[in-house]
Amino acid sequence: MSSIMDEVDLLRRVPLFSQIDTAKLKLLALASERLRYAPGQVVMRQGDTGDAAFVIINGEAEVVIHNAHEEQVVAHLGRNDIVGEIAILCDVPRTATIRASGDLDVLKITKDRFIRLLSDFPAVSIGVMRVLADRLARTTQELYSAQAELAAKG
Amino acid sequence: MLRPPGGYAEIMNDHPLIPDAMEASLARYIWRHTKAQQVWILAIVLLSMPTYFLALDLPKRIVNGPIQGRGFETPDATQNFMTITLPYTDIVLFDGVELTRMGALALLCAMFLTLVCVNGLFKFYINTYKGRLGERMLRRLRYELVDRVLRFPIPQFRKLKASEVSTMVKDEVEPLGGFIGDAFVLPVFLGGQAITALGFILVQNLWLGGLAAGIVIVQAVFIPRLRRILIKLAKQRQLSARQLSGRVGEIVEGISSVRTNDTSNWERSELASRLGKIFLIRYEYYQKKFFIKFINNFLAQFTPFLFYSVGGYLAIRGNLDIGQLVAVIAAYKDLPSPVKELIDWDQQRVDVQVKYSQVTEQFGVDNMVDAKLQMPDKARIESLDGRIEVSNLAVMDDSGAKLIEHASYSGAINEKVAIVGGVNSGAETFVDVLARLIPASSGSIQINGRQLSSLPEAITGRRIGYAGSDGFLPQSSLEDSIIYTLRHAPLRPHVDQSPEDEHKHALERRETKLSGNTPLEYSDDWIDYESAGVSNEDELTQHILKLLKFVELDNDVHDLGLLAIVDAEEFPELADSILEARRKMRDKLEESGMSAHVESFDPETYNAEATIGENLFFGRPIGREFADAAAYNHPYASRILKDTGLDAKLYAMGIEIARTMHELFADLSPDDPLFDQFSFFRPEEMGNYQGALSRHGETGFDAAPGDIRAMFLKLPFSYSEPKHRFGLMTEDLRQAIVDARHAFRDNYPEDLKGAIAFYDPDAYNNASSVEDNVIFGRIASGIAEAPERIRALVLEILAGMGLDDTIRRAGLYFDIGAGGKRLSHAQRQKISIVRAVVKQPDLLIMNRALGGLDPRMQKTLLERIIADATGSDGKAPYGLLWVVSQPQLAELFDRVLVFKDGSLVEDGKPGELKAKGGHFARIVA
Repeated sequence: MSSIMDEVDLLRRVPLFSQIDTAKLKLLALASERLRYAPGQVVMRQGDTGDAAFVIINGEAEVVIHNAHEEQVVAHLGRNDIVGEIAILCDVPRTATIRASGDLDVLKITKDRFIRLLSDFPAVSIGVMRVLADRLARTTQELYSAQAELAAKG
Repeated sequence: MLRPPGGYAEIMNDHPLIPDAMEASLARYIWRHTKAQQVWILAIVLLSMPTYFLALDLPKRIVNGPIQGRGFETPDATQNFMTITLPYTDIVLFDGVELTRMGALALLCAMFLTLVCVNGLFKFYINTYKGRLGERMLRRLRYELVDRVLRFPIPQFRKLKASEVSTMVKDEVEPLGGFIGDAFVLPVFLGGQAITALGFILVQNLWLGGLAAGIVIVQAVFIPRLRRILIKLAKQRQLSARQLSGRVGEIVEGISSVRTNDTSNWERSELASRLGKIFLIRYEYYQKKFFIKFINNFLAQFTPFLFYSVGGYLAIRGNLDIGQLVAVIAAYKDLPSPVKELIDWDQQRVDVQVKYSQVTEQFGVDNMVDAKLQMPDKARIESLDGRIEVSNLAVMDDSGAKLIEHASYSGAINEKVAIVGGVNSGAETFVDVLARLIPASSGSIQINGRQLSSLPEAITGRRIGYAGSDGFLPQSSLEDSIIYTLRHAPLRPHVDQSPEDEHKHALERRETKLSGNTPLEYSDDWIDYESAGVSNEDELTQHILKLLKFVELDNDVHDLGLLAIVDAEEFPELADSILEARRKMRDKLEESGMSAHVESFDPETYNAEATIGENLFFGRPIGREFADAAAYNHPYASRILKDTGLDAKLYAMGIEIARTMHELFADLSPDDPLFDQFSFFRPEEMGNYQGALSRHGETGFDAAPGDIRAMFLKLPFSYSEPKHRFGLMTEDLRQAIVDARHAFRDNYPEDLKGAIAFYDPDAYNNASSVEDNVIFGRIASGIAEAPERIRALVLEILAGMGLDDTIRRAGLYFDIGAGGKRLSHAQRQKISIVRAVVKQPDLLIMNRALGGLDPRMQKTLLERIIADATGSDGKAPYGLLWVVSQPQLAELFDRVLVFKDGSLVEDGKPGELKAKGGHFARIVA
């Protein structure tokens, strides 16, 4: 059983939270649930409504998109990555499925707590924005190249 | 088994038929029911008088005789005691006993002691007798009141507030009990005393006697006149108190509208104004009451004034002998006390008469159901067949508004009829009239050739099923709420288990009879299996489960069954299977590598997922002794904590918890959900703890004052490491708690038995739900989806063992809550339907009984019930009168009645009506 200080140490290593002072990190650790997933177990499912974001503490997970009949692994997540924040921020269904690719330890932060965190700590907000902006930039890039590819095919 | 020789027939004959009208005068009511007892008690009181006066007289004789030595002038003088002479003659029957002074002292003292004992015994007997008499009358009165409530015409209930009725039955008649024993004895007795004293004065001196009598007469005339105001106030006081309880009842029932409209302060102000009025009434009452007392006392003291002044004047003038005056004054000393008591008695009489008449006014209602129609009937009631004939029916409400006019209907009882009509169309009224919930104002309703109003309720109540839309269910278990409709008469006597029971039972039966209550015994078996088409309890349960499936409640009941807390003794079969399932669960977890998902309760190890409190008591609280945060404070728990030295350890831990809480939560806003999640204390208590920490944080357990100890000691009880993660658990502490657990269990006192259901791996836990009994442990936190997986596993195991029906049977134990509020509206409506059909009625009346269900479910159930009513299952067909919420559904019936504005506008087969193109065609189009 890990005590609160172990979790605080883990959280501190997540870049997003690196600027938060210890007392607040403790609160965050207390308020969030530490969960262990077995390989192949689904952390969240595409299309479900989201009520929490997850920070990966240990292990790896894959991001899977389901189309009509097939599923496609679009990305891999690793330690210190944060995932699931989009559904929380804009009240949309989960955009992808996250599945544990090995033993996976995550910290589950509820919607309410996550939003409190954002409003209390501008640094965290900026961090989240950066993550989102990165993703947006990458997606735009991918869209651009996909369109180019399509155009090339004629 | 004990029965009067006549058996049930005689019991039925003893069933009292309470008259509709209530006796207006309390005195007459009491006299009618207790005259023999009143005479008897009077005789005993008179019998007790001689010894009473002897006991008063004896001390004087002891002092004058042996002690002061009168008659024993010489040391060896003797006297004869207990000499008996024939009255009015000198013939000595018994010479008596010759005694010396010492002997006389001993004898007289012994006699004194004997008389004291005899007097005490008399008093004891008289008081017990009077008390019992009063309680019996009170029981009779209460029974008669509720008997009338059971027979009130239904419209009366729209004007009644439940809490007002209950306060009348419970509180307002209560003072009558204390009065009934004294109702006749006291005035006779005290009056006698007063007349004797007055007579004595009159004999001594006519003048003075006349004066005394005159004052008494003034009191007797004047005081009751003053009392009239008092009576008026007493009435007001009683009414206002009754209305208060009515209002309080309303607040409780209407709490949701208070909360959702921010009207709590309106309610507060209403309450304050009401209490203010009550205060003023009561205050005025006291003022008047004590004023009357004052007048009374004044008049009582006025007589001696007259004696001293007039008597003295006469004595000085020589018209009166001084000896006579002294004797008169002495005799008068005895007069005020009975007179005063008589006046007090009269005051009490007035009070209870007011209370009584205020209550009887409310219970003397016109048009009550004839008591004969509710006579208990043990016989099997023949099926209703033939026709329902309604002619020229008119129904009006209290205000005279017409609900139905000129409605005529004729149809076979077993016809399937849909009734269509909007709100206030008369459709609902029509079926309610047939269900006898609303009286017809005019017209005739006949069932099978007999007037509906003259049919005993034994017929209509058993052969007609009714389900309305409100779905109110009295609090009971789910099963009992269904069986309720099968309890009409005691069918099989209960069996007394032991001679003591038999004895108690005989006493109960005698008392019941003496209080004029019904002899029908509650503890008998009232369930009419036959009318449900089954022959015993097991079959009935199976039948009920089938009916629950019929209305699609089987899954709900299965869920309730998993949550049900069942006593293993009541349902041993369940307990055994659940223990089996618990073992299977263990194996299954092992097999699938999921052992870590559940931390089982093991008496020898600390359960990390459970709180410290649960680990210590190692069971679930049943009573209030060890429930909640106060458990640490229970004397037995404290003793164990102290003996094992755990108290100091937990106290230290409590300090640590408070410290950590303070450190973490100090800046947290009080509405932060984290406070709730941690649940050690409420945010507003934070300050208290902070203060206590700064003052006593370093004091140590031994020096800490009691309230500080309690404050910190209670915190660890709700601590569990996985949830709170303060890192406070040590191996040493875990061991200490397990040791204390053993000490707690081993020395557990007999008188606390039943306060905790201890966890025992090999026994069913009576305080845990069925599901918790299977899991028998805490689901590990920190494993994703563990609760869902465990739940699925439990369901799989139970289904695999074929226990689903057993679980549903456990669900039948579910307590449905006050008014059935623990069930959803839809569930209540479904239960209402099961209640109506379980007795296999010949006619089922459904008054928008499916309104709370979704349209698809409504259609499914309606189709099912129609098929059932047609006799598809080999059962006897029955009739339907169904007010449908969706007019389209009416097409499934044989016949449709359409109501509009209180008139029956169309009547015919649905197809024909549609073709005809009238109201019905328009509605369903």
